[in-house]
Amino acid sequence: MSAAVPASEQAAPRPVPLPQPAPPRRKLGRRAGRTGQYAALLCYLVFLAFPLLWLVSTAFKSPRELGSVDPTWLPRHPTLGNFRTALDEQPLLHAALNSLLVAGAAALVSVAVAVPAAYAMVRFKGAVSRAGTGWVLVSQMFPLVLVIIPLFMVLKNLHLIDSRPGLVVVYVVWTLPFVLWMLQSYVRAVPVSLEEAAAIDGCGRLRTLRSVVLPLLAPGLVATLMFAFVTAWNEFFFALVLLKTPEKQTMSVILTHFTGAEGAADLGPLAAASLLATIPSLVFFALLQKRLVGGMLSGAVKG
Amino acid sequence: MRRRSLLTGAAATAAAASCAAVLSGCGSSAASGVPTLDFLSLAWQEESVKANKALVAQWNSAHPDVRVRYVQGSWDDVHDQLLTSFEGGAAPDIIHDEGNDLTDFGSGGYLADLTHLLPAAARGRIPSATWDMARFDGGLYGVPFLQEPRMLIANRTLLDQAGIGLPDAAKPWTWDEFEDIARELSRPGGSGERYGVAWPMSSPVSVTLNLSLTTGGRILYRKDDGGTEVRLDQADSAFAELVRRQVGTDSSAPASALGMGGGDTLPGFFAGRYAMLPLNLSYRQQIQQQAPAHFDWVTLPLPVGAGAPDGGRAQGVSPQTLSVSKGCGHKAEAAAFIDFMTQTGPLVELARGDWMAPTATEALRDPSLTTDKLGWSTGMSVAAHLVASPALGRRGYPEWSDKVATPALQRFFSGGIGLDSLRKKLVRDGNRVFDRYRT
Repeated sequence: MSAAVPASEQAAPRPVPLPQPAPPRRKLGRRAGRTGQYAALLCYLVFLAFPLLWLVSTAFKSPRELGSVDPTWLPRHPTLGNFRTALDEQPLLHAALNSLLVAGAAALVSVAVAVPAAYAMVRFKGAVSRAGTGWVLVSQMFPLVLVIIPLFMVLKNLHLIDSRPGLVVVYVVWTLPFVLWMLQSYVRAVPVSLEEAAAIDGCGRLRTLRSVVLPLLAPGLVATLMFAFVTAWNEFFFALVLLKTPEKQTMSVILTHFTGAEGAADLGPLAAASLLATIPSLVFFALLQKRLVGGMLSGAVKG
Repeated sequence: MRRRSLLTGAAATAAAASCAAVLSGCGSSAASGVPTLDFLSLAWQEESVKANKALVAQWNSAHPDVRVRYVQGSWDDVHDQLLTSFEGGAAPDIIHDEGNDLTDFGSGGYLADLTHLLPAAARGRIPSATWDMARFDGGLYGVPFLQEPRMLIANRTLLDQAGIGLPDAAKPWTWDEFEDIARELSRPGGSGERYGVAWPMSSPVSVTLNLSLTTGGRILYRKDDGGTEVRLDQADSAFAELVRRQVGTDSSAPASALGMGGGDTLPGFFAGRYAMLPLNLSYRQQIQQQAPAHFDWVTLPLPVGAGAPDGGRAQGVSPQTLSVSKGCGHKAEAAAFIDFMTQTGPLVELARGDWMAPTATEALRDPSLTTDKLGWSTGMSVAAHLVASPALGRRGYPEWSDKVATPALQRFFSGGIGLDSLRKKLVRDGNRVFDRYRT
């Protein structure tokens, strides 16, 4: 068929069609769509930010202003009195340190345990792996109140009641199933061919895990670390029941000391203390989010 | 409730295995050999926490042979926290809680019977009717030390403008008079809309039970065999009917306040939207702290039911209590600490710190609590007539309250069901619940 085409025509380059500007109507539609997307995003952001912004506003209001029937976003007479009261009345900084230690340790340990476990469950398919995955799902169905008394008694026998390491153990056990579940999906996304290539280059299983899989799991590790940290940081009931010594209590427990019976609360200091309690989580997130996003955009499996 | 039921079930399952642990003793001994008793306090207001800590320090300096460690607790989840600690055998030695919890914990064998542990002086300090709030099944499981009646907090300016004279504790309004006054103070519709009263009913069952006594009812009755019978005769339902009339017929009380807690109604009170609020005595602290600079408020006695026993002054109350854990290894010392805390001086300090009324007769007469300032004297006069809430000592009450009475009363107050339906639900369904708890 091509033989019938004259040589001059064959040699002449075909003109490349230039992208035509979209018709005005389509352009308008696209712009309206984008505006709608931003509007929806803005609504979502406002929805997410509202409680935090209200918390900030409440923390800087005086008791009289908190009793006003016309609440305003901006405090009419901003005060630091609530922060002073909160810090004077309760050992907030010490409690924050306790929370930081417990939540940090729990997050690190649970991820350290979950990484090899998730790898094994994904790569070594078999009855044990399936049973393990099933158990992870089933364990999520136990309500906390069913496990607390047996757990309390086990910890008592291990002399881990009223100890921060005991609380770390509980948090690791409590967060591990979900952390494991999260990490499995990240491990599954790492192509087996990369590991096979590493094996051909002479890497053993451990070296492959350390040098090939782990760097590719970085975003997943960061996400699970953050999940485990925030879960442990916010947890209340285990900390309430397991820690007796006032000096060992965590932030979530200390915050309840601003509340009384039947919903009564010292609202201003409670808001101030709660605001202080959110700072470490925000800092932790700020530090790690770059790594979270960066990890997604780099490495062999990008795109 | 669901959580409490599950936890109670789990506790029952674990109970057999944990008896030894519970009884193994929880009073720890410091390295010096001096026993240390943990005192779980639920005080939360700044002044109250300071008073508690000061009293513990005072005890420790006077008793070098027994140390008490102050452990700050919280009203949030305290029932679950204590139940878990009891089952695990690591409960605090001295426990601050409230009367309603004693029923479960006392009959569950978690608390020490204080009948023979307290000195005679301590027993004589508190009226016998008040001891009944912590005594059941033949045992005494706590020392009632603080209590608070429901008062009527009123906007004095609005009452003065309407030419309404203020009642005093010696001659309170009757409920009928109160209804008329609430109607008179109401201004329906428009920007200056005002209600004569707002009923914060976030806990409708305890309010209804306790105030049904002012009209000669009690709703929960003790049967000869020790069980509980629910009745809703005319005297039992008179208070609930009044609230419904004010909300639904008179429009002298807003329906929007029915779902509120006491503190939620304060902004509307300060803005003049509600002229009167029936609130617990301790809310005076919050009002004093939050009220606008020139807001003129007054504490009045709650209205009484004409023709009711005790002149309708008797309100039910679930007092705050101090108990000793059954597993405590130093019960006598723990009881001695409770005796110290409930002596007149310390008790007055605790009452002032919590803006509540003490239970002891002598403490109720203390000059610092009978001052006319901030409604203290009115509060103490009303407190002298308090009796045990009909809910106290009733096994099955939490389930009846959460599953049957709360939804039924909420629907009744908001006009969703009539009196006959309310009676059917409270009585028929309620008696089924209580029958299951008969031993």
